[in-house]
Amino acid sequence: MSQLADIWGELRRGSNTITLFVVVLFVATLVASLSNLLLPESSALHVSTYTITLLGKYLCYAMLALAVDVIWGYCGILSLGHGAFFALGGYAMGMYLMRQIGDRGVYGNPDLPDFMVFLNWDSLPWYWFGMDQFWFAMMIVALVPGLLALVFGWLAFRSRVTGVYLSIMTQALTYALMLAFFRNEMGFGGNNGLTDFKEIAGFDLSADNTRVGLFVVTAILLAAVFISSQLIMRSRLGRVLVSIRDSEARARFLGYRTDHFKVWLFVYSALIAALAGALYVPQVGIINPGEFSPVNSIEIVVWVAVGGRGTLYGAVVGAILVSYAKTRFTSLVPESWIFMLGALFVFVTIFLPKGLAGLLKQKRQGKDSDGDDARTARAAGEETA
Amino acid sequence: MRIFLLLICCFVFSTAAAQQAPEIDQAEPVDDNAELSPLLLELTDANLRRMLSLVTEIEQAGGRMVLPLLTAMQDGALYYQADSRKLVERRESDGGRVTVSDVFSGVERNDVDPESLEQVRINNRLRAVLQATIARIRLLQGSDAERAQAAQIMLSNLDEENLVVLNEAIVNEQVPAVADMINVALAMNVLVTDAPQDERLAAVATLHGNLEGPVRNLLRSFMDELGRNEQDPEVRAAIESALASIERKVRFYELMEQAFYGLSLGSVLLLAAIGLAVTFGVMGVINMAHGEMLMLGAYTTYVVQLLMPEFINYSLWVAIPAAFMVSGLVGMFIQRFVIRYLNGRPLETLLATFGISLILQQAVRTIFSPLNRLVVSPDWMSGSWDINPVLSLTNNRLFILLFSIIVFVILLWILKKTSLGLQVRAVSQNRDMAKAMGIRTDWVDAMTFGLGSGIAGIAGVALSQLTNVGPNLGQDYIIDSFMVVVFGGVGNLWGTLVGAFSLGVANKFMEPATGAVLAKIITLVFIILFIQIRPKGLFPQKGRAAE
Repeated sequence: MSQLADIWGELRRGSNTITLFVVVLFVATLVASLSNLLLPESSALHVSTYTITLLGKYLCYAMLALAVDVIWGYCGILSLGHGAFFALGGYAMGMYLMRQIGDRGVYGNPDLPDFMVFLNWDSLPWYWFGMDQFWFAMMIVALVPGLLALVFGWLAFRSRVTGVYLSIMTQALTYALMLAFFRNEMGFGGNNGLTDFKEIAGFDLSADNTRVGLFVVTAILLAAVFISSQLIMRSRLGRVLVSIRDSEARARFLGYRTDHFKVWLFVYSALIAALAGALYVPQVGIINPGEFSPVNSIEIVVWVAVGGRGTLYGAVVGAILVSYAKTRFTSLVPESWIFMLGALFVFVTIFLPKGLAGLLKQKRQGKDSDGDDARTARAAGEETA
Repeated sequence: MRIFLLLICCFVFSTAAAQQAPEIDQAEPVDDNAELSPLLLELTDANLRRMLSLVTEIEQAGGRMVLPLLTAMQDGALYYQADSRKLVERRESDGGRVTVSDVFSGVERNDVDPESLEQVRINNRLRAVLQATIARIRLLQGSDAERAQAAQIMLSNLDEENLVVLNEAIVNEQVPAVADMINVALAMNVLVTDAPQDERLAAVATLHGNLEGPVRNLLRSFMDELGRNEQDPEVRAAIESALASIERKVRFYELMEQAFYGLSLGSVLLLAAIGLAVTFGVMGVINMAHGEMLMLGAYTTYVVQLLMPEFINYSLWVAIPAAFMVSGLVGMFIQRFVIRYLNGRPLETLLATFGISLILQQAVRTIFSPLNRLVVSPDWMSGSWDINPVLSLTNNRLFILLFSIIVFVILLWILKKTSLGLQVRAVSQNRDMAKAMGIRTDWVDAMTFGLGSGIAGIAGVALSQLTNVGPNLGQDYIIDSFMVVVFGGVGNLWGTLVGAFSLGVANKFMEPATGAVLAKIITLVFIILFIQIRPKGLFPQKGRAAE
């Protein structure tokens, strides 16, 4: 009972940010969904299904950015391999969707997905069994990335691999997985990945209602993840994590098993990423090994950096803004986007180390920011000057 | 600046000795030969049946002189000018460049329009005759190497005509290596005929441990029930032991070849990682754009070759210093304008340099197109060093192996013996103290970064000789390079050397069992696990400075 009261207290204390975030998210979701379903297509306010899917995609990215912010912003662990957890979750969902196709594939084989028929396989590999059950697939979505994060985190944090080393190791992890998933022998469709999905849990994936439904579910889950992350970060646990970020050695000397904290946070973050991946695949309609590519993982970090790390809402805003910019610019001038992305990296790290959220905070608090952020203040000062 | 010049000088001088002037075959004027010229004229309009006898007549009239002509004819590169019916050789290089040259002297003829030429047509039957004729001329009249090669070719084609030539050749053959080859061919012939037992046993003894492919196939067929299936138990036992000794040798040389490929991969890894060992290892700056420095070096090679198409053979000697300068300057630029402001913030440095790598990649894509560009290998890099029929080492890999070690030694020398090296080490150990001693740390940082990037550029020149030159060239190597540096131990050049070669060799030894991709994955997983056990790599830095 007292725990419940605690949580309630936390919620009230953090209510400003959380309420604002949830209200904005839900109003936007509601408006977009209703205008898609109720308004006629000729109406100027009608939101096309394409836009709904795009928005759903952005929300998945936002969730992914949240996952990175949780470990990078609050615990100083810069993972350059979070795309791996995202893609693993996506592949688990993709396998379920693949099995839902049944005999509607090109080859009409009721038991085997098309690419296996194409490769002349006789039967399903063992790891595909049970993937036709929704509950089982969802379990795998959480289990595989979670276990990978547990093993990797346990090995890495126990032997105190930190900083740049850890970043490079995570990058190597996702790179190795990418190479592995490109192999046809792995049984995940090789180069082409998994695609041509028909339905999810009995709903037709091409129908507007399903699209809107997926979008709404994504929004709800994003809000849930946001709230739970806020709670964690405002709790005692969160304060220990921040102390690990600021001085791991000191936290260790004070008697905290810093490696345990880091491992569990890493697993939590990986689970969020996997969930984002699982929501992403049915909306986008394809998952392929490209999702594992190290560049993708680094792009996530840029979302967080742009939005401002260590704020959670900053990560969400950053992901949506950068992804929107990407969509716009790649359709306008395809070549310019990479230039802009590269410039964004350099600009944000040099001039906006606290991201947009930091800029906002500074505007609100005036020039006298907290003492330990002297460098930030200087960098930001240079920018305004 | 001195260091740059020094490096350039070193490369030019250390390699100048290796250059060879192209040999020009000095042939006597053939056109004046009264016996030959009508035959050559006839070659342009004879029908294919007449050609068969014509080739033999040409051989008798010209002897060794007509070898280039017959070779060109066999390759389908023999053409004639439609008006004067004079024969020329027309060849097309990989890049599509067409060259017309004189058949006999090999001198390039720029006055002939390649489009106006007519081909001397050949068919398969004629090709076979040509091959035999060429082999005969070589075996009887060629140089030592040519004679041995001719005998070797005949091993797989022991027909009557060849046997006649072989028997004729063995009588006067003085060079043991050539005589051995001919004897092997004759012994193979003895085995397939109904010779008495002792002769066949002697023949098997001659073939014992011989690595030539045809020999192995022939011996195998005697053991095969569906093949010749030798009945005589004594001969059979002898063949079996001969085969076993061959197989042992083959396995040994295959291992040698794998080791060589491993070392070759290791040398590539070393070249890619050694610049990183300077910037990341010594300076502690993580540069994700390092791969793009490699790419810039490779593209510099491409541009240099575009600028001097006439001197492809010498282009690398220009490309090496050019690539060093280009990549080095870009590196210094990055250091001065980005990395300097992120001092002491490694994660931010990582992100910012990654942004730069994206920009550089896209810049190259915009300027040179996203497609791979072809970089031509100079003549002295192509070809291979054939040690025996099973083991041959390609020249480009050998040169790059050598090159990587030269670069390593020079870098080591710079860091240990020059004043820049001393300052670099001082700054890396204690920046503030070095500053207090009057070292211009800013300048040292820029120079070190330029040095590391410049070496990456040189590595790019070497890589352009092995792989495709494309915008993604750097990306393919960046993770591997980091793995090598981390595995070897940060801040330790020797660790980088050992790390690169051991990873290369391990990778290549795994490959036959697992396939290339899986071998790479296993290597990555191994390093990830290794870092857990020894977080500071193979050769960790010791002392307080390491913390």
